[in-house]
Amino acid sequence: MDADHLALQYLLSGITKGSIYAVVAIGFNLIYSATGVLNFAQGEFVMLGGMVAVTLAAFVPLPVAVTGAVLLVTIVGCALELVFFRRLRRHSVLHLVIITIGLSIVIQEAALHIWDEKVRSLPYFTGNEASSIQLAGASISPQVLWVLGTVGLAVLALHLFLRRTLTGQAMRACSAQPEAAMLAGINLNNMRTLAFGLSAGLGALAGCVISPITMTHYEMGAPLAIKGFAAAILGGLGNPTAALVGGLLVGILEAASVSVLPAAYNDVTAFAVLLAVLFIRPHGLWGKPAGESVREH
Amino acid sequence: MHVLKKIAPYLGLMAGLVLLQLVLRLAGKDFWLTQLTMSLYYTIVVLGLCLLMGFAGQVSLGHGAFFAMGGYTAAWFTTHNFSSAGNSSWVAILRNVGALQERTDLYGNPILTGQPWAGCLMALGLTLVVALLIGYPALRLRGHYLAMATLGFGLIISKIIVGSSSLGAADGLTNVPPWSLPFGLTLGGRAALRIQNYYLAAGLLVLTLLLLRNWVHSRVGRALQAIHDRETAANAAGIDTARYKLKTFVASALLAALAGVCFTHYAGGIAPSEAGALKSVRYVALAAAGGLSSLWGVTTISTTLNFCSLRGWFGSLDHAVFGGVLILIVSLAPEGPLRPLGQWLLRLKSRFSHGKEGADATA
Repeated sequence: MDADHLALQYLLSGITKGSIYAVVAIGFNLIYSATGVLNFAQGEFVMLGGMVAVTLAAFVPLPVAVTGAVLLVTIVGCALELVFFRRLRRHSVLHLVIITIGLSIVIQEAALHIWDEKVRSLPYFTGNEASSIQLAGASISPQVLWVLGTVGLAVLALHLFLRRTLTGQAMRACSAQPEAAMLAGINLNNMRTLAFGLSAGLGALAGCVISPITMTHYEMGAPLAIKGFAAAILGGLGNPTAALVGGLLVGILEAASVSVLPAAYNDVTAFAVLLAVLFIRPHGLWGKPAGESVREH
Repeated sequence: MHVLKKIAPYLGLMAGLVLLQLVLRLAGKDFWLTQLTMSLYYTIVVLGLCLLMGFAGQVSLGHGAFFAMGGYTAAWFTTHNFSSAGNSSWVAILRNVGALQERTDLYGNPILTGQPWAGCLMALGLTLVVALLIGYPALRLRGHYLAMATLGFGLIISKIIVGSSSLGAADGLTNVPPWSLPFGLTLGGRAALRIQNYYLAAGLLVLTLLLLRNWVHSRVGRALQAIHDRETAANAAGIDTARYKLKTFVASALLAALAGVCFTHYAGGIAPSEAGALKSVRYVALAAAGGLSSLWGVTTISTTLNFCSLRGWFGSLDHAVFGGVLILIVSLAPEGPLRPLGQWLLRLKSRFSHGKEGADATA
């Protein structure tokens, strides 16, 4: 394989992983815009989605298992908001962030006790691990197309939802101006629940489609959260479209670094990106520097 | 009288620590002191984190990594055999400043290793640099960027440790020699040194508490309080918020590293699990469970829970217990369990004895 094809191969693998980071980043953004909280349990939604789907797939056909997993994790997301964040609105943001850290550990430990420490995975949606499609000289697994297609569709659907539907516009109103949105008769609490649900469901979907490629493991959440966060920062917190590009960039950089760094230091790339962005452009590649506001966040 | 009131809690704490040791001696449970000593070192990490979370309003998920960084630097420096590199210039420099010692290993072979005090200095120096590198960009911004930056840092440190054979990879470093301190004291894990080491750790804890108390009541502390209450107002009043937050972060990282160094000499080794994200989350949990800015609450809760965990009383639910405690206490009693408990006691007291003002139980 010559250098061009190798580069293409890296690029494709980067885009595949990057699309998952993008989904996590979008999830961060949804919750951050609605509540001002950085949700450390974001990666756990992806893990839960994969785990539940693997379990369900033993009993029902794959599409049903994936749908079931997404629905279940969406409910978990909504439940977290209803049980914790709705009742704790008077707590400071610091306390809420600390609670998400606790939730991430409890979810992880619960997964360890419900399932076990073994690595599991869903079957390939079409074909198997050996099947591949030739594309401009690079060979890609059909699952990669599934990942890209699903993530692409999900992001498009989210975009249309936020822009074109009344509920979506209400959600955006809440993150732009909570007080004004409330005056306009929007139920802020329900919008926050919706943000948690959407963000959890999206994460679960990503967890299902990526499971055949990267496998599902109870500890996979934290690294995903940090990479997703790096992607969200790269795009600029609060901007879902930019988060998509940020995720892809982090994925591609990571794949490219594999050719330079030993594989064990894979995660270093995302962290380096995170620190570099914080150093150079803390408002993200596309964001504008935020003005100081007196509103407590 | 005024001074006495100020130092009374510390005298009380010291008396409590001594009493604890005597009770354990009478109960024939002297061996519990080992876990208690380790819990005290962990508590020092948590207290440092408390300073950062309770007073600077920032979360660090990298304190496990700072602890491990201190421990691993000390362990590596005091166990690595420099004799093979005996002729290189930096070994000569180390030898000239007296940072190296000739000793024999377990099998009686002569080896040339670092002195514990030099290892400790190296650990603190390294931590200082790293904490500045991470803290500077993350703390210039508002919001919880430091939490994510330190989470990433922690993940990387544990990857580097597990991936480096010179750091013992997954097995960690062992055979760390005891640290001979002045006044004939030795920081080490031999059973004969148990009581001595308990008091060493206890002394360090009291010292840390005094240090933090002074920090909080100094100019820096008042600036932090202002930042915590209303950051924009503090900025407007001319407080360089980023600088104070950075100072606090670095100080708390240094405390974690120092605890790591002492812990490693006491335990005689260190394992990669110390650097894991779960350990860092555990410190955050303990700081939050103690009530963030309540140093006494944190000391009590952290020492108790760490001790129970080290004795293995939580079984396979070890991590889950810390996560659960974190969620419960932060959602139900964000100021820590001691304050509501103290208020409840005060109410109870005032119901029985009217008129007389009771002492503030939470101080």
